[in-house]
Amino acid sequence: MSKRTRSNPLGIKLDRRAFLKGAALGLAGTALPLNKADASFWEAFFQKHFREMNETEIKKVIERLEKEYGQKYKKEIEVGNEKAIPGVLFGYGLDLSRCIGCRRCVYACVKENNQSRDPQIHWISVLRFKKGEKWIDLENSERYYNPAQVPEPGYFYMPVQCQQCENPPCVRACPTQATWKEPDGIVVIDYNWCIGCRYCMAACPYGARHFNWAEPNVPQEELNPETHYLGNRPRYRGTVEKCTFCIQRTRNGKYPACVEICPVGARKFGNLLDPNSEIRYAIEHKRVFRLKEDLNTYPKFYYFFAYGL
Amino acid sequence: MAHIVRIVKNFFIALRQVTIGNKKYYCWLAFLSFFILMGVSAYIDQLNRGLITTAMRDQVSWGLYISNFTFLVGVAAAAVLLIIPAYLYNFKPIKEIALFGEMLAITAITMCILFIMVDLGQPTRVWHILPAIGAMNFPASLLAWDVLVLNGYLAINLIIVFYVLYRLSLGKEYKMSVVWPLIILSIPMAVSIHTVTAFLYNGLSARPFWNASILAPRFLASAFCSGPALMLILFQIIRKLSEVEIENRAIFKIAELIAYAMGINLFLLGAEVFKEFYSGSIHSEPIKYLYFGLHGKAKFVPWMWTATLFNITAFLLFLFPKTRENFVTLNIGCALIIMGIYVEKGMGLIIPGFVPDTLGEIYEYTPTMSEIIITMGVWAAGAMLYTLLLKFAVPVYTGRLRFELKKEKSEIRSEDVTAGSEV
Ligand code: SF4
Ligand code: SF4
Repeated sequence: MSKRTRSNPLGIKLDRRAFLKGAALGLAGTALPLNKADASFWEAFFQKHFREMNETEIKKVIERLEKEYGQKYKKEIEVGNEKAIPGVLFGYGLDLSRCIGCRRCVYACVKENNQSRDPQIHWISVLRFKKGEKWIDLENSERYYNPAQVPEPGYFYMPVQCQQCENPPCVRACPTQATWKEPDGIVVIDYNWCIGCRYCMAACPYGARHFNWAEPNVPQEELNPETHYLGNRPRYRGTVEKCTFCIQRTRNGKYPACVEICPVGARKFGNLLDPNSEIRYAIEHKRVFRLKEDLNTYPKFYYFFAYGL
Repeated sequence: MAHIVRIVKNFFIALRQVTIGNKKYYCWLAFLSFFILMGVSAYIDQLNRGLITTAMRDQVSWGLYISNFTFLVGVAAAAVLLIIPAYLYNFKPIKEIALFGEMLAITAITMCILFIMVDLGQPTRVWHILPAIGAMNFPASLLAWDVLVLNGYLAINLIIVFYVLYRLSLGKEYKMSVVWPLIILSIPMAVSIHTVTAFLYNGLSARPFWNASILAPRFLASAFCSGPALMLILFQIIRKLSEVEIENRAIFKIAELIAYAMGINLFLLGAEVFKEFYSGSIHSEPIKYLYFGLHGKAKFVPWMWTATLFNITAFLLFLFPKTRENFVTLNIGCALIIMGIYVEKGMGLIIPGFVPDTLGEIYEYTPTMSEIIITMGVWAAGAMLYTLLLKFAVPVYTGRLRFELKKEKSEIRSEDVTAGSEV
């Protein structure tokens, strides 16, 4: 995996003082785009924590972002800021007896949420297990299976994504409060506040957080222009991102993209506080379990088996 | 007016002291500059392209940088091992040299901060982590705690060192009434920087390898081996190259302390190995990976066995007065400990926390050239800082360098601080 390192761009034979000067300029040029004399850079630099901004400040930031994105992607991009709906706590159900491991959800999610195509980022991992083998410790799973046809005989599949923990270790770990749990239960990240320390990734027991190791790259024509500040808006290099239950859709009464695309209807979604919701039905009538329950994270993501394997 | 002139003069005295030296001194600085320069250029490349230039990925999201950070926190904490006997028990030979240990702590913490900086995805936003101006997640996040204790410890050591040097530079004894409370405070601080760093990993239930209550004691024990071992080597260099006298007695005493610490360290390692392998639960996968390999992936196995072998050998060398008090075997022992703990504490602790990852994947991490060059750059920067600190402190300490006397003490003192920390 070793990467080619560019040789010293400043030339090694400089004497120390000249070198330091050059290095300082180089650093300034890279980290602080002074050369662009870009006022919005400083606005972004001094941007406050999302939850400490008032409505007008948020509006201003969103305007700036929309302009920036518009320039970058040459199309109109809307950055929404819908608040959590009172009385709603989102929950997710996944019927393991139906999932066929086709990974359509993975790619629907990539498309909907503007995940980087190169390098690839997937918010959903679908794990494949051999039937009849010890599986719950995930040790024997395979993430990169590549069959000609799904489902394969002798295997079953378990998709894993952010479990939107009720007691999220990632939020506790974050040193800057860049990530938090919203009133509707969705754990979000302010991509403009995250410093990229990746402590939350070490803390998440579900491998649900993903880092932009390089500049995220989404082709202009594939970019989904309907975004949310805390969700699928274009991201930055050096910050962490994750599944948000498609905050931009679900707060507007739609299903998450993965629920919509699933060809076998393995995915259920709804309001945990509404006794008539699909998800409550599943929890009450099926044998559900949650992943790594011994860690007391209380995921709002329920796995169940609707019928025998 | 007169005192401004004096301040400027004193500043130039300090500046001249660190910039003027013999040929060997310049060669050494040039040598270090070369590595710093390489490191900076690799870092600029990393800033431009992102952390993709490293081998870290989502599965192993911390690597060489954080490993070095962890090792160096230990080195910094170990300064206390010198301070306890020096001041609490008034063991004269060590007291004299505690100053150099504290300067090593300053250097190590500075390097820790550099390693954190090069590891951040968004270094310009680092102010978000600060209290008041940022949104520090205190007390929930252990990383916030770490920021506080590391900076607190750095501040204490800076104050002690510069106060002592300031007094000495005026040709006066430092006041114990000033130093004493700071020293007393620095002892729990030193323990806490390392404990908090251990808790940083320890508190994550998602990572069974770190989530063992023995982790913090193991951290301290290994720190009390590697830090003093590094100091023993530095002390020998210092007394060879300067007029500072460091008694053999002090060196042997420290070596003896290292032997105890290493004994405890090996015992704790044994306790951990027993628990993991005898109970044989799935939580032993990381340690199996480390010592025997997992599913045919075994990159770390030779490293870990070598490190263990080094540590055991060093323990034996330091245990017996005969080999401990022979400079050849003593230095071999020090080198073995430094390498052994570096591997055990760095790669042997950080990486297996991520292997296998939380979804069971085994991603074998090997640092890229870029990571290695940046790491060497930070080490070179640390060596340069320590060199400059010594270059200034030694003549003050031996009485060869004196500042011009003045009335406004506090102002000169702040000049001292800038002169030193400018590096
Ligand atoms: S699954 Fe991971 S990222 Fe999602 S809320 Fe839980 S700890 Fe956080
Ligand atoms: S990477 Fe970002 S979200 Fe994660 S802990 Fe660090 S600052 Fe918080």
